[in-house]
Amino acid sequence: MFIGFFLALRAAGIKTSLREFLTLQEAIRSDLADYDIDTFYFLARTCLVKDERFLDRFDKVFGESFKGILQPAPAGKPGVEARELPAEWLEKLAEKHLTDEEKAQIEAMGGFEKLMETLRQRLEEQKGRHQGGNKWIGTAGTSPFGAHGFNPEGVRIGQQSGRNRFAVKVWDQRSFKNLAGDVALGTRNMKVALRRLRRFAREGAAEELDLAGTIGSTARNAGYLDIKMVPERHNAVKLLLLLDIGGSMDDHVTLCDQLFSAAKCEFKHFVHLYFHNCPYEQLWKDARFRTADAIATHDVLNTYDHTWKLIFVGDAAMSPYELIQPGGGISSWNTESGQAHLARLITHFPKAVWINPVAEQHWNYTQTTRVIREMMENRMYGLTLEGLDAAMHRLMH
Amino acid sequence: MARFEGTDSFVATEDLKVAVNAAVTLQRPLLIKGEPGTGKTVLAQEIATALGKPLISWHVKSTTKAQQGLYEYDAVSRLRDSQLGDARVHDIGNYIIRGKLWDAFDAAEAPVLLIDEIDKADIEFPNDLLLELDRMEFFVYETRQTIKAKQRPIIIITSNNEKELPDAFLRRCFFHYIKFPDRETMERIVEVHYPGIKSLLLREALTAFYELREVPGLKKRPSTSEFLDWLKLLLAEDIGPELLREKSAAKLIPPLHGALLKNEQDVHLFERLAFLSRRGT
Repeated sequence: MFIGFFLALRAAGIKTSLREFLTLQEAIRSDLADYDIDTFYFLARTCLVKDERFLDRFDKVFGESFKGILQPAPAGKPGVEARELPAEWLEKLAEKHLTDEEKAQIEAMGGFEKLMETLRQRLEEQKGRHQGGNKWIGTAGTSPFGAHGFNPEGVRIGQQSGRNRFAVKVWDQRSFKNLAGDVALGTRNMKVALRRLRRFAREGAAEELDLAGTIGSTARNAGYLDIKMVPERHNAVKLLLLLDIGGSMDDHVTLCDQLFSAAKCEFKHFVHLYFHNCPYEQLWKDARFRTADAIATHDVLNTYDHTWKLIFVGDAAMSPYELIQPGGGISSWNTESGQAHLARLITHFPKAVWINPVAEQHWNYTQTTRVIREMMENRMYGLTLEGLDAAMHRLMH
Repeated sequence: MARFEGTDSFVATEDLKVAVNAAVTLQRPLLIKGEPGTGKTVLAQEIATALGKPLISWHVKSTTKAQQGLYEYDAVSRLRDSQLGDARVHDIGNYIIRGKLWDAFDAAEAPVLLIDEIDKADIEFPNDLLLELDRMEFFVYETRQTIKAKQRPIIIITSNNEKELPDAFLRRCFFHYIKFPDRETMERIVEVHYPGIKSLLLREALTAFYELREVPGLKKRPSTSEFLDWLKLLLAEDIGPELLREKSAAKLIPPLHGALLKNEQDVHLFERLAFLSRRGT
């Protein structure tokens, strides 16, 4: 059961696996769900979602999948998923919530099954009469179902207050919204994202005592001390960061600043250079763009080999001339177009991504952003936690 | 099987209870995340108290290796003993030091095992524990013995989200994110810690606290434990509710804010806001 719900979760991009789904089934079989929709919601959440970023999405899917249980679905489209709840659940629910008097009434009508049967029939009839209405079964107390507070689609028994209202709200509140991954976040979270970019290696001079190795070889050496050394273990990833500064990037200064400080303390081999709008013949070591700080782009290509990973940070928004036309650069005369320089960098560094602080939905409105994105073969990511994560993943594979 | 319903000193929300009971019943580890100061570590202690089980805590640091949780072979002692001619040297078992996981597996009564701040350790740490947590057994290479859990312990793992945990590890756990408590829950929490607190003071303090949390741009928003500390201070200093309610510009920063704001940038932010609003009036 709940296969539809499971598939809906996966379709919504929540990485939940078969194993977790089976755990949920096991939990239900162990009576943990308690025949109660609130408890079931909590249980499903604890089994299926393992990352708080997905909690909001889970709430949404849960709300959509089980809408029928809590409120009647729109006319002509009965809540399909509601049927996924097995009949025994309804029965137990009824036992739990109905008073003795009401139970006696049910008995009088021929027991629970009969009641459900009648209910179904009544539903059919009422569908015909109340087109478009959302309360098929009256509340005035003319029908036994209404009096019991039965919700025809299914399961909700009892008054529309207290626990029930809580149940509806829990996932409709979407209280985990802020944790969703597509929100831009502070340095700490960026560091976490950048940590994906780690590949530990021991290389260079042996300067650390290898305790385990020393013990092993001493033992083999019949107890005479034989000291072994190893090189220090460090992150072997080499990162070249090219930052666009000034002009349209002024709006994104704080965000880029955070990314920069996160990256700076995370990598041992880390070089950052600046450019203005588009890289041309020269790049700068300092954001003030003084001639003394300039370094020729071909020197960069010669100094850093293809094992370096390249990250551009920029909005990729400029006048098309600056990108396509030789001499179009705004700060100095460039004999080759920005596009040619960019292409050279991209070919030299096979592991390259472009991180764009502008929100992704606006990329298509800027011509140069589209062009650069194509040049990067779609390796352009937003400066959000999710984007950064995807970018780092791309750099590692 | 006993069910966890919270304790006299710990307010458990409905969703937390479901998660704990699922983990206890199905004998899977429970991974707890949440803002710092929302009671992640305390939870394990409370579960142990509520279910009447012993608690074994394993506090993870950046240098902790998964192996240390199982056992360590103290080769240096053995080497020394061998050179001194100590008789103990012939039994390698004398030099096997048990880890927390071993203790937990070996306990006569299934204990609660807390693996605290798992994200502090190396990125591979959770992966190294996969099999051990799954099968609840491990092999001691030096003595050729297999240690199997007599009873599967209840495992509570906390994380502060400094590193992402591997998928394979997550699939084996139940997960619960401790959400920041709403006002109603907060009142219950305070009642548990300071029974009979003046309700007027509590109301004003809660209002001031939630307003403070809503200030945009705070580096570290104060959490439950900080709020409780602050209340304690308010009580100790005997600060009346009327002082908290004062809305004059100079009083924008709540009294004794040191307990709530732990970051000097946040304090500056507040001073700036106070200055601006004073100028505005």
